[in-house]
Order: sequence, then C-alpha cells, then structure tokens
Amino acid sequence: MSGSILINGLFIFMLAGFIGFEVIRRVSPLLHTPLMSLTNALDAIAVVGAIVLVGEHKSTLSTVLGTIAVVAATSNIVGGFLITDRMLKMFKSSRPAAKS
Amino acid sequence: MNEFAGNQVIIEVVYLLASALFILSLKWMSSPTTARHGVWAGELGMLLAIGGTLLHHGIVDYQWIAIALVLGTIIGIPLGRVQMTAVPQRTALSHAFGALCVTLVGTAEFYLGTPHISRFMMAVLSMEVILGSLTFTGSLMAAGKLQEVLPQRPLTYKGQNLVNFLLLLIAVVLAVYLVLHPEAKQLYPFMLLIALAFGVLLVIPIGGADMPTVISLLNAYAGLSAAAMGFVLNNKLLIVAGALDGSSGLILSVIMSKAMNRSFTNVLFGAFGQVQSTGAAGHEAKPVKSATAEEAAAILSAANKVVVVPGYGMAVAQAQHKVRELYDALTKRGVDVRFAIHPVAGRMPGHMNVLLAEADIPYDRLMDMDDINGDFPQTDVALVIGANDVTNPAARTDSTSPIYGMPILDVDKAHTVMVIKRGMSPGFAGIDNPLYYLDNNLMLFGDAKAFVGSIVRELTGGGGH
Repeated sequence: MSGSILINGLFIFMLAGFIGFEVIRRVSPLLHTPLMSLTNALDAIAVVGAIVLVGEHKSTLSTVLGTIAVVAATSNIVGGFLITDRMLKMFKSSRPAAKS
Repeated sequence: MNEFAGNQVIIEVVYLLASALFILSLKWMSSPTTARHGVWAGELGMLLAIGGTLLHHGIVDYQWIAIALVLGTIIGIPLGRVQMTAVPQRTALSHAFGALCVTLVGTAEFYLGTPHISRFMMAVLSMEVILGSLTFTGSLMAAGKLQEVLPQRPLTYKGQNLVNFLLLLIAVVLAVYLVLHPEAKQLYPFMLLIALAFGVLLVIPIGGADMPTVISLLNAYAGLSAAAMGFVLNNKLLIVAGALDGSSGLILSVIMSKAMNRSFTNVLFGAFGQVQSTGAAGHEAKPVKSATAEEAAAILSAANKVVVVPGYGMAVAQAQHKVRELYDALTKRGVDVRFAIHPVAGRMPGHMNVLLAEADIPYDRLMDMDDINGDFPQTDVALVIGANDVTNPAARTDSTSPIYGMPILDVDKAHTVMVIKRGMSPGFAGIDNPLYYLDNNLMLFGDAKAFVGSIVRELTGGGGH
C-alpha cells in the first residue's frame, strides 16, 4: 500500500523535476527575481494540506498548528503573486522601432 | 469511503488542472512579454486548488480556515508592497514562512499519527520536518542579514563545520530511530530543535556577498520540504509544486555559485570575506587618475558606445533614477547605452534587473555577462557605478586573489573605464581592485547619485538644450 504510494509519488516527483529543469532553464536571467517570488507563491500550495488539517479538527494541537500554517502560507500566496506582478509590470521594452 | 468518492474525484481533477496551470505559469516566465500571463495562470491554479480543497469531505469546521485565510491575506498584502531594494529580504522571509507552514503541518501529522506511523511515512515526514525547520531558521537568519538587523560579516569559529555536521548527523540519527520506533514521540521535539538550530548555524558563517547563492539554496530546500509534505499527505499537486520550486532553486543556486566560481560546499562551509586582503594591505598607495563631472560628461558625450556596469552600491545610493536620466541624455545625443549585469550584482538572482526596470530603463538594454563581455573591446566608455568585485581583473590574472577564477565583466578592455566610488576602500568582500590603477581608468570620487546627477546637468545644460 504505502509502497505503491511511494512509487507513484516518486514518478510524479521525477517527471515534475525534469519539467521544472527544462522550463526554468529557459527563463531569462532578466526575470530571475520575479521567478523566485513566483515559485515561492506556487510553493505555498502547501496551504491545501494545512487547510485540511485545520478543517478536520482532529486535535487542538493540529488545529492550532494548522491555523498558523494556513496564515503563513496564505501570506506567501498573496504577497508572492502581488510582488511578482508589480515587478513584471515594470519591465518595459524600448519601442520596437528603437535602434539596436 | 465510497459516498465521498464524488468530491474526491472533483478535488483530484482540480489538482490536475492546477498542476498544469503551475507548469504553464513557469513556462510563460521565460519572456518578459508573456510573464504576466504566468502570474495569472499561477493565481488561477491557486484559486482552483484552494477552492477544491474546501470541498474535502473531512473538513467539519470552516471557522478557523476562514480566519486564517483572512489573517494571511492581511499579512501578505504589505509583504507584496515592499520597496524593490527590500525584495531579497522579503523573499528570504517568504521562504521562512513557506518552511514554517510545512514544518507545522508535518509536526501536527506526527502527533496525530504516532504511534501508528508506517516506516515509509515516518521517513518522509522526518525529511519534511528537518528540511522545513532548517529552512525556516536559515531563511530568518538570511532575512536578518539582508535587512542588516544581524551582522553581515560571516561569523566563524574553529571547528564550526564539525559542529554543524555533528548536529545534522544527530538530527538524522534521531529521524532514523523514529522511523524504526515511531512510538518514541519524546524524541521528536529534539529532532525538531536540532534542525532549527542547524538552520541558524548554517547561515551564520555566510557573508553578505554570498547571499544570492544562499537565498537560492534555501529556495530549493523550501521546495524539497514541500515535496516531502506531498509524499506524507499523498498529495500529487504538492509533489509537483515542490519539485518545480526545488528545481528552480537548484538551477538558480548553480548559476549563482558558477558566477562566483565557488561550489555549493564552498559557499556553505568555507566562509568568504575572511579578509585575505591582509595580503593586499601590503599595497603601498599607488597613483590613480581621477576626473571631474565636467570631464566625465565630455568623455561620455564624445563616445559612440557606452556600457554602464551597475552594482548594489548604485541601489544603496538610490542612484538608479539619476542613471535613467543619464541614459536618456546620452541616448538623445545618439550614444548607444547598454547595461552590463553580472549574475551576482544585487543581493539575489536578477535583483539588479528589477531595480533598473523600476527606474524605467528598457529591459532590452540590460545585457547578461555572457552577452556583453565580447563587446567591451569595442566599447568607448565603461561606466562602473557601485560595482567593485565583479569588475576586478585580478579574477582573471592573479591566482593568489581570493576571487581568482570568478567570471567578471571585462570592463578593463574598454577604451576608457570610469568608476564612480566614494573613496579607495576595498569592496564588500574586502579585496583590492587593480582596475583602479590602470592607465585607461578614471576614478570619479563622490556619491553615486550626486555624481551621476552632475554629469547629467553637464550633458543637458552644456548641450544647448
């Protein structure tokens, strides 16, 4: 049972890792800061685990820890997307007709 | 279980969609023209995933979820509105928050599950918690150093690496023991505390100049700990997001350490900036040539090709907007102005690009080191503003220099080099720069913002405008 979960998980991890390498290798150094704040926001998807933990309300400890976890992750989601978009808005090209 | 199958299927499908959106989100980041679509895709994926999760059959109480989501949003908004110079510490702080979330969830799962935790589960859970907690404290330390609340100089002592290694070893031994005996829950807090302490000790010996590498590495750890959490919760979306974040952090760490000609182990275990410049202190005062703003303006306006080399000092002096005015004034006169960005200019990967973009300098004028280095011999003027070590030719020529072998911007090959600097003191890493004594080098002594301002005044005032 847990063996097949492990293998399934490792398959997904391996494939996502390769996709990550291939996709992120192509990101221009120009955008490395927004890239990091974006992946940071995406990483805060851990919030889904914390939400279930809080909602299931299995023990006081798990609810308290889960609630703090949801707060931390949500602030990453909101702050991360917000600042990434703010940064990207600033990147402007000189007009296409500009001399090279 | 079957009566819940309906919702469970919806959740899995939503997670699948969110995974696809996350991958698209990163794909669109490859170019500035599509990057904002990437943010929207990420936001949509996140909304879907959270919405789907709320349908989870096990959730019996929404009150605390709602409170936490609102609180998190309230904290998140100011964190999304910080100044661009503060983005590195904000990023470090958000690594800490992400790692905190992972550690807390892992801890809760441990106490809910013990003593009936399978070995496999306990193994990934330990990995999640050890990585999460060392990333949490490590990132807090990094944020403190970047915010300059903590000393930026590396703190080192004899046997430091041994102490760190032993601590990590003890944490791992505890983890292995817990895997074999998951009922020994009194050991869990020790594993947690040791990992937390290890995070602090890991970052203490790392100096300010190495921060870009450290932030990237902590980024990778944060991703890996989230992926481990995905294994614990059997949540494929988390595994995907963690793997994406982990590979992103790893790629950036590799780029950063290559840009400093150092290996990971060297960054983590060999504190930089222990001022080997004691050797350089033997330098007697050598003659340097200096110039006034008026002379600098004359040289710049006579040039065809100018390359500006900005460093973090430019951002500290808040000079980027004056630099934009200089760019405008020179471009108006038909001078070709470009910017050479070293990968470790600034305090995190790509930081300098953001600071220049904020000053409205078009991104197609910002060049990577590899793209511009071949052009320096054809460049009339290289203007160095607030950068030092990344222009140090000793990295190419002097095998005794601590930065020997580090790729640098070859500004010394330009016809004329002008360096704006407050005085002759060595840079961040405490290394003397022979560039300043070269024949084609002019020192422009003064504050970056004020000096660039006076060059601009000379150019616009004296130019008949």
